[in-house]
Amino acid sequence: MTAAELDFFLQASVRLGIPLALAALGETISERSGVINIGLEGSIIAGALGGALGALAFDSAAVGVLGGAAAGLAIAAVFAVFAIGVGADQIITGTAVTIGGLGITGAVYQARFGATGTELSLPTLGAVGIPGLERIPVVGSALFDQAPTAYLAYLLAPALWYWLQKTPAGLELRAVGESPDAAKAAGVRVLRVRFLATLFGGALAGVAGAHLALAHAGTFAENMSAGKGFIAISVVVLGRWNPVLVLFAALFFGAASALQFFLQALGLDLPYQIFLALPYLLTLAALAGWVGRARAPAALALPWESE
Amino acid sequence: MRGCSGGAVADRGDGVADSRGGGSDSRDGGSKPEGGVAGGLRVRRFESVLIALGALVLTAAAGAILLALGGHHPGEAAAAMVRGAFGSRATFLSITLVRSIPLILAGLAVALAFRAGVWNIGAEGQLYAGAAAAAWIGLTGAALPALVLVPAVLLGSLAAGAIWAIVPAFMRVRLGVGEVITTILMNFVGIHLAAWLVHGPLQESRGVFPQTDPIAEAARLPRLVPGSRLHLGFALALVVAAGLAVVLRRSRFGFRLRAVGESPEAALIAGRIDAGRVLVVCFLLSGAIAGLAGGVEISGLTFALYEDLSPGWGYTAIAVALLAGLDPLGVVVAGILFGALQAGAGAMQRDAGVPAAWVGVVEALVILAVLALDRLRRVRRRGGV
Repeated sequence: MTAAELDFFLQASVRLGIPLALAALGETISERSGVINIGLEGSIIAGALGGALGALAFDSAAVGVLGGAAAGLAIAAVFAVFAIGVGADQIITGTAVTIGGLGITGAVYQARFGATGTELSLPTLGAVGIPGLERIPVVGSALFDQAPTAYLAYLLAPALWYWLQKTPAGLELRAVGESPDAAKAAGVRVLRVRFLATLFGGALAGVAGAHLALAHAGTFAENMSAGKGFIAISVVVLGRWNPVLVLFAALFFGAASALQFFLQALGLDLPYQIFLALPYLLTLAALAGWVGRARAPAALALPWESE
Repeated sequence: MRGCSGGAVADRGDGVADSRGGGSDSRDGGSKPEGGVAGGLRVRRFESVLIALGALVLTAAAGAILLALGGHHPGEAAAAMVRGAFGSRATFLSITLVRSIPLILAGLAVALAFRAGVWNIGAEGQLYAGAAAAAWIGLTGAALPALVLVPAVLLGSLAAGAIWAIVPAFMRVRLGVGEVITTILMNFVGIHLAAWLVHGPLQESRGVFPQTDPIAEAARLPRLVPGSRLHLGFALALVVAAGLAVVLRRSRFGFRLRAVGESPEAALIAGRIDAGRVLVVCFLLSGAIAGLAGGVEISGLTFALYEDLSPGWGYTAIAVALLAGLDPLGVVVAGILFGALQAGAGAMQRDAGVPAAWVGVVEALVILAVLALDRLRRVRRRGGV
């Protein structure tokens, strides 16, 4: 493999890893508060459509990212009302929200652009090189000549780690996820913390969707989230609920998805569908090998209500 | 990640929990489950029908508001949908009931798993595995007589669905990895596997479209009603539903299954039930039934495997199972209802200009409404008793 091919592979790895990283970082926060949001997929697809519509309406990719965050947050709000407010089962609620999110984005898209699906030309979120850093040998241009959303992920990972581990608010959130009753006894408003954490996760998943539409595909397509929400939830497990490790796990999965380019460059003539299935198979293998040693927040997926 | 959280739906109060409420505590883990269950069952049946009806009313109301917000005319959309689903005997038999067959079977698969506290979100992948096996057997066994080939196709799809459930079942029981994510991941693998088959080894001999050749005549299910497209698969679905209803209510295994669904620890302590074994059996059985849904679709209707065979039946099945209160006979009714919804969606798009993607929104609304009403029931019961 030539240097140019390696560079292309690394570029693709980071580009494919960033939406996973953004969604997984948000999910990390909501899971640390005790909420597993399977509806993440719904927030991502809504973020992609919100990103596309926002970018079209204002002819600005930056506004598109905000639109994506808002759409992802709106979907997460539906999840939060049922899973946290009503206290319904989180897994089933999340599944419903994913089905509904895929449905409503399809409906809005078809209503707006016709059933056949016109190719959209969106204002794209171009790569912005970081002077100096992008010249680092081998990984420099892959890591530091990316869309601004990538830098958001780089900055968020350590920031969220610091927030979780070193600030009183982060401690409160972790307490809510480990032992909501004890947290309540200490004066923490459990449901409020869970609501906010889930909404934050939804907004970040929305940004991930906007990244897919604006920085990656340059268009919106129905079902374009293609299970990334579920892979992101697996990434949280692989990253052991630690934001910094989660970022690395996401980039690892980006690389796994980019393997198709790498193997094609090597001239391996494997069927295309094998490459498409590869990220899911690798996720399964990684879960099988890693999960036994990781520990989830104690109150994860358990509804809680004030007595 | 915790696969089995003993969540809101699996412990929908039948069996152990209800019999406790009825004061027959001593019978819970013992040898005579039926007596304890029967009292709670009648209440439960009545309540889950109420919840289902309430959920449908809420869904209709919320759906109408959303459609109006989307700039559509809810009345027109509903009328078009009813015409498309129930307009004539032919549409009802050939579209609505035919559409309901995979939904009933996949819904039974989900209901069985959820009753045991197994979050099998993987009916979609298991369905594809069953469809792929059915197509393969139906193509390669062309020399066999129908009396052999049809059962072979159906058994093959059952086996393939169960095999597809092995990986998540093993990971749950042996490695402690929750099955929610693993079954979803297996869905994507299954969809891509089917895509690979119809692009590669099983592609039609003309090599033009991504689909298989038609399966042998002898591999096809006969029509149930002559002149319509309704095939034997519908009767098969009813038989599976009735069988599951009997097993769940009357058999020792059904009792164990419900006990494990309520609480694996309690089942072990009070009833010396090996939860792991019950979970694995349920998981594989659930996968097998979902696989059958795919096999029946191939051998009864499409006669070929192709890409995007299922428009998400495995996910719709979750809405079907929940609306049915996880009751096998209820699944039949809910499956027909969702079959009507999918049949009507086409007419709605054609006649009222409402995108068919709205079906997904309706499904989500049904699930959320059932969850909310189920929650309300619990809160009221706790307050009342």
